Amino acid sequence: MEPILQLHGINKTFGAVQALRNVDFEVYPHEVVGLVGDNGAGKSTLIKIIAGVYTPDSGDYLVDNKKVSVTRPQDATNLGIETVYQDLALCDNLDVVSNLFLGREETAGRTPFLNSSDMERRTLDVLRQLDVKIRSVHVPVSALSGGQRQSIAVAKTILRNARIVILDEPTAALGVAQTRQVLNLIKRLRDQGLGVVVISHNLADVFEVVDRVIVMRLGRRVASFDIKSTTTEQVVAAITGAEFGETLNGSSGLNAPVGSVPATTTSDQSGNGNNQA
Amino acid sequence: MKTTVAPPQTEQPPAPAPAQGLSVGSFFRQDLGQIPVAAALIVMALYFNATTDNLFLSSRNLNFLTIQSCVVATVGLGAIMVLLLGEIDLSLAVVANLCGAVMCLLSVNAHFPWWLAILSGLFAGLVVGVINGIVVALLRVPSFIVTLAASLGYQGLLLHILYPNTTLIITDPNLKGIAASYLPDYLGIGLPVLAVAVYAGYIIFTRVQRQRMGLSVPPIWQTALSIGLPVLLVGLVLWQFENYLGVPLMVALVVGLIALFWVILRFTTFGRHIYAIGGNAEASRRAGINVNYLRIVVFGLASMLAAAAGIFQSSRSADADAAVSPTLLLQAIAAAVIGGVSLFGGRGSAWAVVMGTLIIAGLENGLDLKSGGTDTKFMVEGVVLILAVIIDALIRRRSTAAGR
Ligand SMILES: Nc1ncnc2c1ncn2[C@@H]1O[C@H](COP(=O)(O)OP(=O)(O)O)[C@@H](O)[C@H]1O
Ligand SMILES: [Mg+2]
Repeated sequence: MEPILQLHGINKTFGAVQALRNVDFEVYPHEVVGLVGDNGAGKSTLIKIIAGVYTPDSGDYLVDNKKVSVTRPQDATNLGIETVYQDLALCDNLDVVSNLFLGREETAGRTPFLNSSDMERRTLDVLRQLDVKIRSVHVPVSALSGGQRQSIAVAKTILRNARIVILDEPTAALGVAQTRQVLNLIKRLRDQGLGVVVISHNLADVFEVVDRVIVMRLGRRVASFDIKSTTTEQVVAAITGAEFGETLNGSSGLNAPVGSVPATTTSDQSGNGNNQA
Repeated sequence: MKTTVAPPQTEQPPAPAPAQGLSVGSFFRQDLGQIPVAAALIVMALYFNATTDNLFLSSRNLNFLTIQSCVVATVGLGAIMVLLLGEIDLSLAVVANLCGAVMCLLSVNAHFPWWLAILSGLFAGLVVGVINGIVVALLRVPSFIVTLAASLGYQGLLLHILYPNTTLIITDPNLKGIAASYLPDYLGIGLPVLAVAVYAGYIIFTRVQRQRMGLSVPPIWQTALSIGLPVLLVGLVLWQFENYLGVPLMVALVVGLIALFWVILRFTTFGRHIYAIGGNAEASRRAGINVNYLRIVVFGLASMLAAAAGIFQSSRSADADAAVSPTLLLQAIAAAVIGGVSLFGGRGSAWAVVMGTLIIAGLENGLDLKSGGTDTKFMVEGVVLILAVIIDALIRRRSTAAGR
């Protein structure tokens, strides 16, 4: 199967800080990719480049194997690449329907009047499709639980026909039950054929839901593991760099030792850690 | 931050309950402010009536009370527009006098026909409001300070255009007639009946349409109530007016404005976006809403409403006055907040101003009838406003504590 999204050789500097060094990234349909790494590893910078918030200094951005130019958030969303940031970008005072259609309201014909019934019907369809359970779509979203709010933010991307959904720390602020709801939601997105990218610090969540995990350290992509044949220790080792015994400032050949890690690890050079391929 | 509404031990959230479109509950919550406000209004009316030998609720006094309320209600409607955005406009009262003066000057000195004088006054309001909006939206100066400075500047402008006088008497009978005339019965009764019929038709149409689309509908008694209650209220009000001289033109204009802005806020994309910006401006911006443009437009509309209030004011007193009422601005904002419009943005309805104004004007009028002095009036109004603001803050705390 072809990847939906591919990045090749992405570099990005902020003044003297090189946030990303020659990073490759790919997402396949029907796949959940975990993006992990210590603070400052470059995860946020990478997804902001994917989302069109930052433009890379160099590197290629390919969708369906075709080079595209993504310089504004709008470019990414037009390509079906949607990002749910941690703040969720919901209007707490508005109800579920209004939030889902915010900025793209349906009107009755060419009048300025809202077509509420139609928007409500489509809202119910999307929520059913994602198996999101909510008491009423007319309650303000401030009255919803954290998991439900996250679900609403994701449902918004589905309404916009997302092909890839990127989630930044989707479970960071959630309790056990809420986390479960969100993880189930992520699985459902995959079942619908979407590519999902999940940034997370919680390896338990990562192991529960992702198919492949990409590890970043100090602005480099240092490993890509097929989750089925990987242990938490291996991922932790890749995150901290402990197993390779290199200094934190070591900058040369970081990719090389990855390939030499036991057979369960797929190095970047082979690049096909995706079990669906 | 981590407080959740549903206890986290339950794995599945509760099953979907029937959604409710334009229910009675949402009507009270969103459109009539809080039910306690309605209760307070009724208690106040009964108290004043009992202590003034049934004078307070006499048709004659109610006629006077509603006419008295028009200026505050119209400025209050403007204040609501701005408050919904999460901003404030402290220049509205001065803008009212300024635009009233523009109308009077053009009528008296430039001999503009009455309708052109009115349009010019409204246009002046639009211009000063857009200027306020541009400074707030594009230069990102807090609206509090922009409009405070603006009110000083516009006060100066007002003194300047009336110089060397401080008042200007108008003579045009049409301009004076706005505040002094009554609708003929076919309009005074016909228009409200038509409006209620359209509203009832909309409710029934929506219900049928939702049923056809397989969406949930409220129980039939709720639909009946959401039609019956407005019918009853309108009937009661009309009966009172017809008992005296009929429906005052100015009251009809103000109610028409409130209804118009209610429709805009509640049923159009533009209105939806105003609430969205008040709830989360950054999310609205990311959703592709042109936040700055909307801010400028709303400040323009608010000042235009203030201009309309200024025209009503000039019509009532038959003059333009350089002295701005010291209580008008506070009363207008108080009317909005008492009616349930949040000072924090994004919550409240255009109809809030009706409840709020009736409470404010009712207090004034009732205390007048009981020959209470200005000292008592100010103290009572101050306490009522503080109570309303406390309730607003409590509601906000409760709704932000939920979720997350
Ligand atoms: N806007 C920015 N300006 C300057 N430096 C930045 C900016 N964004 C990120 N960085 C730097 O780039 C590096 C990677 O940061 P980030 O992508 O936020 O990492 P992560 O999300 O993995 O914690 C860090 O050293 C950080 O300080
Ligand atoms: Mg980060």
